[in-house]
Amino acid sequence: MDYLIILSVQTMSTIAALFLLCAGLAIIFGMMKVINFAHGEFFMMGAFVTVLSVNSGVNFWLASLVLAPLAVGVLGLVIEWCVIRHLYGRMIDTMLATWGLSLGLMGLADAIFGNTVTGISDPLGAVAIGRYSTSIYELVLIGVAAALFVLLFALFKYTKWGLIARAAMQNPHMTAALGLEPRRVYSLTFVIGSALTGLAGGVIAPLTSVTPVMGLDYIANAFITVICAGPAVLLGTSLAASLFGSVNNIFTFMYSSVFGQVALLATAIILLRFSPKGLTAGKLKKAI
Amino acid sequence: MANNLLAVSNLSVHFGGVVALSNVDFSLKPLELCCIIGPNGAGKSTFFKCLTGQIVPTTGDVVLADSSIVKMSPHLIARKSLGIKTQVPNVFEGLSVRENIRLSLERSFSGKQLAHRFEEVISTAGITADLSERVDNLSHGQRQLIELAMIVGPKPSLMLLDEPAAGLSKAESTHLANTIRELASSSAIIVVEHDMDFIKMIAERIVVFNRGKVLMDDLPSVVLNDETVKNVYLGKDRT
Amino acid sequence: MSQTNVSAIKTSGFERRPFESFDKESAFVLITGLLLLVLMPQYSEVYTLITATIYISLCILAVSLGLVWGYGGIFCLGQAAFFGLGGYTYAIAALNLGDTTLGAMAAVIVPMIFAAALGYFIFWGRIGDVYVGVITLTVTLIFVRFLNGSAGDNYSIGSVPLGGFNGIPMTPQLTTLDGSGTPLSTQAIFVISLAALMLVYFICRLFLSSHTGRTMIAIRENELRAELLGYDVRLIKLLTFTLGGGIAGLAGLLFANALTVTPGMFSLTNTVQIVIWVLIGGRLSLLGPIFGCLFVQMISAQLGVSGLLNPEIVLGVILIIFVLFVPNGAVPTLYQMAERGLNRLKRGGHGK
Repeated sequence: MDYLIILSVQTMSTIAALFLLCAGLAIIFGMMKVINFAHGEFFMMGAFVTVLSVNSGVNFWLASLVLAPLAVGVLGLVIEWCVIRHLYGRMIDTMLATWGLSLGLMGLADAIFGNTVTGISDPLGAVAIGRYSTSIYELVLIGVAAALFVLLFALFKYTKWGLIARAAMQNPHMTAALGLEPRRVYSLTFVIGSALTGLAGGVIAPLTSVTPVMGLDYIANAFITVICAGPAVLLGTSLAASLFGSVNNIFTFMYSSVFGQVALLATAIILLRFSPKGLTAGKLKKAI
Repeated sequence: MANNLLAVSNLSVHFGGVVALSNVDFSLKPLELCCIIGPNGAGKSTFFKCLTGQIVPTTGDVVLADSSIVKMSPHLIARKSLGIKTQVPNVFEGLSVRENIRLSLERSFSGKQLAHRFEEVISTAGITADLSERVDNLSHGQRQLIELAMIVGPKPSLMLLDEPAAGLSKAESTHLANTIRELASSSAIIVVEHDMDFIKMIAERIVVFNRGKVLMDDLPSVVLNDETVKNVYLGKDRT
Repeated sequence: MSQTNVSAIKTSGFERRPFESFDKESAFVLITGLLLLVLMPQYSEVYTLITATIYISLCILAVSLGLVWGYGGIFCLGQAAFFGLGGYTYAIAALNLGDTTLGAMAAVIVPMIFAAALGYFIFWGRIGDVYVGVITLTVTLIFVRFLNGSAGDNYSIGSVPLGGFNGIPMTPQLTTLDGSGTPLSTQAIFVISLAALMLVYFICRLFLSSHTGRTMIAIRENELRAELLGYDVRLIKLLTFTLGGGIAGLAGLLFANALTVTPGMFSLTNTVQIVIWVLIGGRLSLLGPIFGCLFVQMISAQLGVSGLLNPEIVLGVILIIFVLFVPNGAVPTLYQMAERGLNRLKRGGHGK
C-alpha cells in the first residue's frame, strides 16, 4: 500500500514536471507553429539563474518563481526580435534557426560556467510514508503545476490576450483577418512561453543536476508531448503529459529509465499513427 | 441508377458545429456536362473534396463507376479515372511545364504514345508558354491551362473543374469554354463557376447549391430565370 | 488533334535530360574521383588516407540527407541513427559471424529495415513537415541514451558487448574476399570508400532521373497534386526514406572501418552537423552536401587545433546565418551565379 502511494506520488510528480516543461513550448507552438529548438536551453538558463541566485543568498522561491521566468522572458524577447520574427510561417527554417541558437547558448553557457555540474539541494527535505520516504518538494512540484494549470486557464479564458491566443490557435489566419497586429501578439506569446520555460527550469532545478547541456535530456520528451497534445493547448498538454508521464514512470519502475523512454516514444508514434493531429484533435478541439 | 457514372446519396459533412453539406443527392451520367453555381460557402468545394477523397463525409455515400469511394485514399480514387482542377491551381511549382505534364501522363502512357499524347494535350489546352519554363514563373492564366492539361492528359472519365475560368481574360475564357465543350464528348464534366457569361457558354444542366443543400437542379433556361435563385444569388456577373 | 509525326516527338523535348546543366557535375565527379582514386593511394601518407576515408564516409552520410531532405522534402533528423545502426550492425555481425563481408551486407540491410518500419508509421500516419523531424530526432536521441548506458556484459548481442559509451573498440577491418581473413590495407579501404561514394552519387543521380525519383521531387513540390494524379505518395516517401537509411548505413560501415564504433555516431552534435552540411552545401544538389561536409570538417579541424573559438558557438552562428540569408546553400547559389554570368557573356557577345 505504501509502495503504491509512493509510486503514485512519483508518477504525479513526473507528470507535473513534464507539464511544467511543456507549457511554454506548447503555447508558442500552438499559437505560432514555431518549434523552438532552443527550448532546452531556455530551461537550462532558468535553472542556472536560480542556482546562481540561491548561491548568492537569494531566497529559493523568489529565485525560481520570479527571477528565473523574468530573466528567460527577457531572453525570449530579444530572440523573438532578432531571429524568430523574420521566419514566421517557415516552420522548418524556424526550427533550424533556433537549433543554431540552442548550440550558441550551450556554447555560451559552457564558456561562462565551464563543464562543471552544479545544482541546489532539495529545499524542503523528506517525508516518510510507511517504510518509504519521498521528498516533500515533489509534492510541492505537483502543487506548482496545478497552480500553473489554473493560472493558464484563467489567462486563456478571461484576458484579451487569451482570447486572441485561443482564436489564433484554432485558426491561424484569423488574427490577421481580424485586423489585430499579429506581430505584437506573437511577441507577447513568445515572451510568455519563454518565461514559463524559465519558471520550469527554476522549479525543477532542485531535483536534477544543472549543467550547460542539461537541456538535451529534456527536449526530446518536450517536443513529443507538445506534438501529441493537439490543437487544444492546455487540455492537450495536460493529457499528453499525463499519458506519457505515466507510461514513462511505469516502465522505468518495471525495467529501467531507458525502457521508460522507449515506451514513451512508442506510445507517441502509435498515437500519431492513429490520431495524427494529436490527442485533442477530434471532439476536444474546441476546448482550451 | 445503374447507368450513372456518379451517384451521390444523402451526403452530409459536419465540421464541429458547422454544417458544410446537408443531405445532398446528385447523379451524373457518363459524358454528361453539369455546372454547379452558388454563393461562397455554399458547399461546392466541400462537395468536390468528398468526390476526390480529400474529405471523408460524415454520412452518405458516393458511388463512382459502381464502387463506393467514401473511404478510399485520394490516389486510389484518382486511379478510377477521376481528375480534378482545384480552386487554387495545384501544380508542381518548381518544375517545368514539360515536367508537370509529363508526370500527369506517365501513369497512363509510355514511349511514343506518351509523346503523342503530350502534343495533343498541349494543343487541346492551348498552352503557349515555353515548355522549359518553371511553372511558378508563369501567369495565373497559363497555370490554369497547365493544370487543365494535366487533368485532361490521362483521359479521365470524370473531370471536376473548380473555377477554371477564374483569372482568365475574355478571350481566354471563350477559348476555355470551347475546349470544355470539346472535352465533353469524351468525359463527364462537372464545372463550378461564378462567371455567369462563362456558364451560359457551356451549361446544359445547372445545379444550384445554397447553404450546403441542393436548391435546384434543372436546365439553364429554367434555373437562370427562377426567382428564388435570383434572390439567393446569381453570382458575379462579368458585365 | 495533331497527327503523330517524327518532328512532333522531337519537339516534346523528352530526349533532353531533366537536369542538363548538372551533367557537367557528374563528369566532374567522375574525373575527380578517378584521379583521387589512382593518385592518392600512391602518394599520400597513411594518416592522410585514414582521415580521407573518414571524411568520405561522412560525405556519403551527407548525400543521404541531401537525397531525403533536399530532393525528397522529407525533413528527417534520423540519418545519424541509420549511420550508427550501420556501424554497430557491422561490428556486431562481423564479430559474431567471423565474416566481415556478411557484416558489411548486414550494415546496409538492417538500417534499411529499420527505416522501412519507422517510415511506415510516419508516412501512413500522414505525418509531415517538422513532425517528422521531431520523431526521427527523438529516435536518434533514444539510441544515444540506450547505448551510453549499455556498459557491462549483460548488454551483449551474441558474443559482442555493446560497451556503453566506449562503443566497440575491437571493430574488425574489412577483409579480402578470398576467405583468408586478411584485413585490407589502408589504401584498399580508401579505394573502396571513395568508390562507394562515387557509386552512391551515381545511383542517386539515376534514381533522381527515374520515374520514381522524379515523382518524389514532384511530391516535394506539391503533395496534393501528386496524390490527385494517382501517385501513392506514402509509398514513394517510404522508398526514398528507406534508400536514405541504407546509404547512411553504408556510411556507418565505412566510418567503423576507418575509426571505430561508438554511441557518438548517434549524437545530437552529429545530427546537427549533417543538417549543416546539407544546408551550407545546398539542398538542390548532390554535390553540395559533399562540399558542405568537407568544408565544415576542415573548419572544425582547424578550430579544434587552434582552440580559438568554441566550435559549438561557431556551428550555431553558421546555421543561423545560412537559414536567414542563404537558404539555398552554397553550391546551387554558385550555379545560379555561374549561369547568370554565362548569360551576360552571351548577351554581350551579340552586341548592344
